Amino acid sequence: MPVLNWVRRHLVVFAGVAALAYMTIPNVIVLIFSFNQPKGRFNYSWNHFSLDAWKNPCGVGDMCDSVSLSLQIAVLATLGATVLGTMVAFALGRYRFRGRGPVTGLIWLPMAMPEIVMGASLGTLFLNMRIQFGFLTILIAHIMFCLSFVVTAVKARVMSMDPRLEQAAQDLYATPWSTFWRITFPIAAPGIAAGALLSFAISIDDFIITQFNAGPATVTFPMFVWGAAQKGLPVQVNVIGTLMFVAAVLCVVVGQLLSRRRKAHS
Amino acid sequence: MAALSTAPAGAPAEVPPVPPGAAARRRRLVPYWLLLPGILWLLVFFAAPMVYQASTSVQTGSLETGYQVTWHFATYWDAFREYDVFYLRSLIYAGIATVLCLAIGYPLAYTIAFKAGRWRNVLLVMVIAPFFTSFLIRTLAWKTILADDGYVVTVLDKLHILNVTASLGITADDRVLATPLAVVCGLTYNFLPFMILPLYSSLERIDPRLHEAAGDLYARPFTTFRKVTFPISLPGVVAGTLLTFIPASGDYINAELLGSPSEQMIGNVIQSKFLTVLDYPTAAALSFMLMAAILVIVSVYIRKAGTEELV
Amino acid sequence: MTQQTAPLADEPAGARNPASAGGAVTLTGLGKEYGDFTAVHPLDLTIPEGSFFALLGASGCGKTTTLRMIAGLEDPSGGTVRIGDQDVTGLPPYKRPVNTVFQNYALFPHLDIYENVAFGLRRRGVKSVKGQVEEMLELVELGHLARRKPHQLSGGQQQRVAVARALINHPKVLLLDEPLGALDLKLRRQMQLELKRIQTEVGITFVHVTHDQEEAMTMADTIAVMNAGRIEQLGAPTDLYENPRTTFVANFLGQSNLIEAQVAGTSGDDLLLSVGDGRLAMPTARCVPSVRAGDKLLAGVRPEKISIVHADDAAEVPEGRNKITGRIVDASFIGVSTQYVVNSPWCPELAVFAQNVERDGRLVPGAEVVLHWSPAHTFGLDAAQDIEAGEVNA
Repeated sequence: MPVLNWVRRHLVVFAGVAALAYMTIPNVIVLIFSFNQPKGRFNYSWNHFSLDAWKNPCGVGDMCDSVSLSLQIAVLATLGATVLGTMVAFALGRYRFRGRGPVTGLIWLPMAMPEIVMGASLGTLFLNMRIQFGFLTILIAHIMFCLSFVVTAVKARVMSMDPRLEQAAQDLYATPWSTFWRITFPIAAPGIAAGALLSFAISIDDFIITQFNAGPATVTFPMFVWGAAQKGLPVQVNVIGTLMFVAAVLCVVVGQLLSRRRKAHS
Repeated sequence: MAALSTAPAGAPAEVPPVPPGAAARRRRLVPYWLLLPGILWLLVFFAAPMVYQASTSVQTGSLETGYQVTWHFATYWDAFREYDVFYLRSLIYAGIATVLCLAIGYPLAYTIAFKAGRWRNVLLVMVIAPFFTSFLIRTLAWKTILADDGYVVTVLDKLHILNVTASLGITADDRVLATPLAVVCGLTYNFLPFMILPLYSSLERIDPRLHEAAGDLYARPFTTFRKVTFPISLPGVVAGTLLTFIPASGDYINAELLGSPSEQMIGNVIQSKFLTVLDYPTAAALSFMLMAAILVIVSVYIRKAGTEELV
Repeated sequence: MTQQTAPLADEPAGARNPASAGGAVTLTGLGKEYGDFTAVHPLDLTIPEGSFFALLGASGCGKTTTLRMIAGLEDPSGGTVRIGDQDVTGLPPYKRPVNTVFQNYALFPHLDIYENVAFGLRRRGVKSVKGQVEEMLELVELGHLARRKPHQLSGGQQQRVAVARALINHPKVLLLDEPLGALDLKLRRQMQLELKRIQTEVGITFVHVTHDQEEAMTMADTIAVMNAGRIEQLGAPTDLYENPRTTFVANFLGQSNLIEAQVAGTSGDDLLLSVGDGRLAMPTARCVPSVRAGDKLLAGVRPEKISIVHADDAAEVPEGRNKITGRIVDASFIGVSTQYVVNSPWCPELAVFAQNVERDGRLVPGAEVVLHWSPAHTFGLDAAQDIEAGEVNA
């Protein structure tokens, strides 16, 4: 009976752990199958252990080129979306102006729109304007859909900031310019960083919008995977997938350690 | 923030939002300069294409001769008649996936918010980290997990569960892959984080003392959940369901990778019309109807849920 | 009531003395409107150099807006602000020789205590700040916490950082916006004395905004009581307390019993009043409005000036005292004194504070009593006012 009671009390935790397993098992599979040497062209069933893919991650066609293209686009899109989005967020969070409602709506809409609708409509526009699909069109599209996420992240931070801090700085002889750089910006920085990280993650992993706005020569990594899934999936894809996962976890862990260290020091 | 123009009678502007200075007029223009580049970007590359797409959907012509606006609304009617099944299937799959996400995501969000203690951050990282492996690769991993000769299918077969699901019409031929079950399973998996994060952020704000107070006032744990926790987390539920349902209904990747032609969703049709068949008017009409359907569903849902604080 | 000038304004200190730091604050016709709402009616006010000046009022009375206009954080709708002999009305806050201790302190969360205190010096391009900052941190006894972040400090410590951060700039005027509002009662008392000590030491003009009348009376040498965007009365704490000129001041500063009375006549220097079928007397000089027989009047008396005796001992009350009979409806013992509420047919709910020297066991709720006080302790107010204006917990 006590066992049954314990189980009943922790039912929600069991459900939670099961959900977590559901979310992480595919990553484990990706990791395991990066050590597979598949029989055919597809890497779906286990054959036997091999380190080949890890020894030669760039061994397949243009895969590493596509990774580098994805990284370039993600960095530039993050930069663009973060600058534009932060400006919009400051306007929304710090000022009172006419047309606030429509602006908020315009920021919200891209997040409430299926990617395929945005991708297809932007693609239609480029097509009719006879603009060559390629790096630039992908970048434009990525900045467009990352922007709203940056605005949301930064605005939350700016809104929660005490306006008296800026007033205190001005009271202590700081000009508006130095008030911004010494007070406003450092305090808003975590929000800006969160927005930038989010847009980097969204951009590097985007497939749908990219597919509608890419040219034949600009194959991002997700597009490479998509193509490979049709004609033959190299094991190296799993290596890259695992590396991305590990890099992300490392970033988070290092970030946590650094902030804990800083707290402990002061 | 207290509005300056309509100062409330209570405590007017004890802390007004705008720092005053000398050049008042120039200051009034500052927000517009800040907005200009970002809003212009969205107007040109988001709003204008939407309008443009609407016009494309009523054009006729061909790639060779070019397209003209001929107000050819028949495109809508033809497209709808031909693909109504796909719309229905998309909405049903997305709806089921959303409900499953809520059912799976709520216990996890609840666990992280109230039961995790010092493991909270670790669990949060575990929710977010899988994101960073390209979702296409992760979706392909389900092909391995659900493979015909894999453990999952073997076990389900031994337990005769596949017979049950087959009689419900969601699996067939002792397989899971290439069935509705696989597609819904993939959709649920792909959009689960979009459900969990808003749920978590609304649950995390709940003071645990509210649970104690409810218990003190004779509520059993489940009643506490039903009458206190769940209603307070409702904004998170609404945001999560929207963030799951909207992208799921336009998705074509899960149907393509995990399904067969008979599980295709409206996204697959739009994608092939646009990228393979090159029938742009139909693609535009289809995606316009999808957008309209979603807008209607979402606005009805928000009204029913009675919350407008989504952003 | 809009034209107010501090009584000391014509003394030769401050603005006209070239040797002084010029720390007098002169407000001329200074007002602030938000659309249709007038937060501060145009006011004239001179705050003498080196004084500890309090702006006292309930929230929303315009006191903070006034302070923020002096700091330059709020643009006035009209009028001028002068600090010493400099007109600063058009200057942005960072060009004004004033510093502010903000409500909730507004310490910069991303900078440590040292950098918070050094902020103003660095912005003005002072090269070596080390000595000054350390000296200032020692003054407020926080030297050992220099490298902590604000959120790691207690409320009282944060408060002292806020004061240090402002004072290190040697402002001509220090503005304090509810500086003690976030502290608990005991710490607040301690910081009141501490701030008073610092003010005496540095000799800078302090302008202190508060809603706490006790705090204002403890610290300030001059108090301006503000209500609905206007200064109701201005003066030294004892003057305001003993001679309130409006019902708002009478009720907001301490507690007052206001009795509706009618002027019956005069007797020498005294006015004779009738309250129902009773009689009261008061000095004509202490009556604010000029009245004639038959006029209505509010007769006020502070609760601690009233003596209370049991009705059986009524004969012991000396002649020439104002007397009212009534019945105790409530008695609360609060240690140093007992507070009674007494109902009398003509004036309900009279408050009486009796020192607990020798307690009379008969003075319990229901007991018939006689209240009496010296006519000299009675003041007269215009009857055309809201009798309950300014009551804190009416």
